[in-house]
Amino acid sequence: MFRAIIVAAAVVLSTSAASAADIKPAVVFDMGGKFDKSFNEGVFNGVEKFRKETGITYREFEVTNASQREQAMRNMARRGSDPIVGVGFAQAPAVEKVAKEYPDLRFAIIDMVVDLPNVQSIVFKEHEGSFLVGMLAAMASETGKVGFVGGMDIPLIRKFACGYVQGVKHANPDATVYQNMTGTTPAAWNDPGKGKELARSQFDRGADVIYHAAGGTGLGVLQAAAESGKLGIGVDSNQNHIHPGSVLTSMLKRVDVAAYNVFKTANEGTWKPGIQSLGLKESGVDWALDENNAKLVSDDMKAKLDAAKAEIIAGKIKVHDYMADSSCPG
Amino acid sequence: MEAFGLFILILDATLRVSTPLMLAALAGLFSERSGIVDIGLEGKMLGAAFAAAAAAYVTGSPIVGLAAGVAASMLLALLHGFACITHNGNQVVSGVAVNILAAGLSVILGIAWFAQGGQTPQLPEAARFTPLVWPGADLVAGVPLLGPIYSELISGHNLIVYLAVLAVPATWWVLYRTRFGLRLRAVGESPEAVDTAGISVTWLRYRAVLCCGFLCGLAGTYLSVAHNAAFIKDMSAGKGFIALAALIFGKWRPVPVMGACLLFGFLDAVAVRLQGVELPGIGQIPVQFIQALPYLLTVILLAGFIGKAVAPRAIGVPYLKEH
Repeated sequence: MFRAIIVAAAVVLSTSAASAADIKPAVVFDMGGKFDKSFNEGVFNGVEKFRKETGITYREFEVTNASQREQAMRNMARRGSDPIVGVGFAQAPAVEKVAKEYPDLRFAIIDMVVDLPNVQSIVFKEHEGSFLVGMLAAMASETGKVGFVGGMDIPLIRKFACGYVQGVKHANPDATVYQNMTGTTPAAWNDPGKGKELARSQFDRGADVIYHAAGGTGLGVLQAAAESGKLGIGVDSNQNHIHPGSVLTSMLKRVDVAAYNVFKTANEGTWKPGIQSLGLKESGVDWALDENNAKLVSDDMKAKLDAAKAEIIAGKIKVHDYMADSSCPG
Repeated sequence: MEAFGLFILILDATLRVSTPLMLAALAGLFSERSGIVDIGLEGKMLGAAFAAAAAAYVTGSPIVGLAAGVAASMLLALLHGFACITHNGNQVVSGVAVNILAAGLSVILGIAWFAQGGQTPQLPEAARFTPLVWPGADLVAGVPLLGPIYSELISGHNLIVYLAVLAVPATWWVLYRTRFGLRLRAVGESPEAVDTAGISVTWLRYRAVLCCGFLCGLAGTYLSVAHNAAFIKDMSAGKGFIALAALIFGKWRPVPVMGACLLFGFLDAVAVRLQGVELPGIGQIPVQFIQALPYLLTVILLAGFIGKAVAPRAIGVPYLKEH
């Protein structure tokens, strides 16, 4: 009887050892769920790509309220999932806590830094993507005046603004850039009415292209652009479809690439903890061109953007990062 | 001339920003003049904004959206009434509960129905209240002074903005020229007297909170279906509380309340325009200062200039009938 149990156990062990080469990845989506047409959906697309390529399935959880983040993360860890991906800066505290409790598992956090030996933090060089959309804004503008509407006044958003201004000036040194921040509290992310008013005030001053980095507030900016017959620029995910023909382009943060890379490197054994900063070179940021804005972007504009992109990747154009020294040149 | 143009644009923005404040403040006025404190203006607006956007998206009709928004807001108002009027509950606690309920429920239902992180999908133009251009607005736009006033300021707003402006005289008329208004004011000052006269305090107060729900429904619908084109979580962004401040500022009277709302809206519009603009002699004003300006002014004006704001005497006190 004993022998039978031991044999059975050995069989179980050997089968699990056979599959131990495969990782058991997991992903914790944040509020919004995996079909939110934004950040979470990007991550979903990335991990799905991994699943299709390798046949390795992953565990997933969709957080629906703030208190579930830590719980979900710990559940994944308890079941031995590895690596575990947390989506969005809001999950940083949960990742930090659970990663300390399970030092042998690998974690990754997207869009935030958690400084632990078993955590990979993936951040984006938003200033490089913003530089490109800034160039496009300057080239598309007929008045030589363009605008920027930020959400909450924090260094990250100034980083967007700073990259954008540099891009605008690169394409047209005489251009004027109006910059507005919506507010100084988190309510500034969810006030589309204010976003619309800020955009209208910039349009009234002569701007004809406005880039937003303001979450839900930015939908008001795009709305104002569509209603006034001017152009808006989306952010994070591809927002060109929101008002086809009125959204010049979108500055993309390729969270799908980020999530895919975490799983892939973990599977290949090349996963490394620490900060991964994804820029144009790593295809972590980009600008969006699809059927909704194809008519707005001429071949000449596209050629210039591609040239600038190549120069940034080659290091010939240096885009200043606001967060490096809390200041913006010019 | 350019300064005049800018001034008109600021007034134009003032009207757009003040509209939800006016509607919500008048809503609070009905409720509070009847003796029911309403902290829940914010929640009712939010609930209405969600219901309106959801219904307008599904049916493609702004009118259905408006009806849904008003219905949702009135339901929340009834809930508040049920707790405070029927069960003599604490009115502040019930109001806070309405706010929490609306903030949570709108996002949860939004995720369940539309799966876009608690937002509703963007509404197409046909499903929104779009600006109404008055006859001849384009023709007179070139006329000095009066032209811009007519074409920019008076024409070109959406239906709910005009409703908000009309709601002020309507509220004044109901409150001071109808029997219902007289009784409503009386029940907020001295419910015993109303009861003695053989009029139901409960029924009067229920009607008052329903009026409140109706107006809040308009305010919420304005946010998601008229001014913007989608519901976004927490999109009321504290407007219900600013409306409450305006209500106190205006001493619970319709016309001064409208004045207070327009003042807040004006400061907001100026703040938007002044942000990042170089002023001669002063330079650029910090964003934080401009954003604090409405609150600073409120404190200063409340402290010294408008005098004492006396609330209805029976406000916040449940009416217990003596047997």
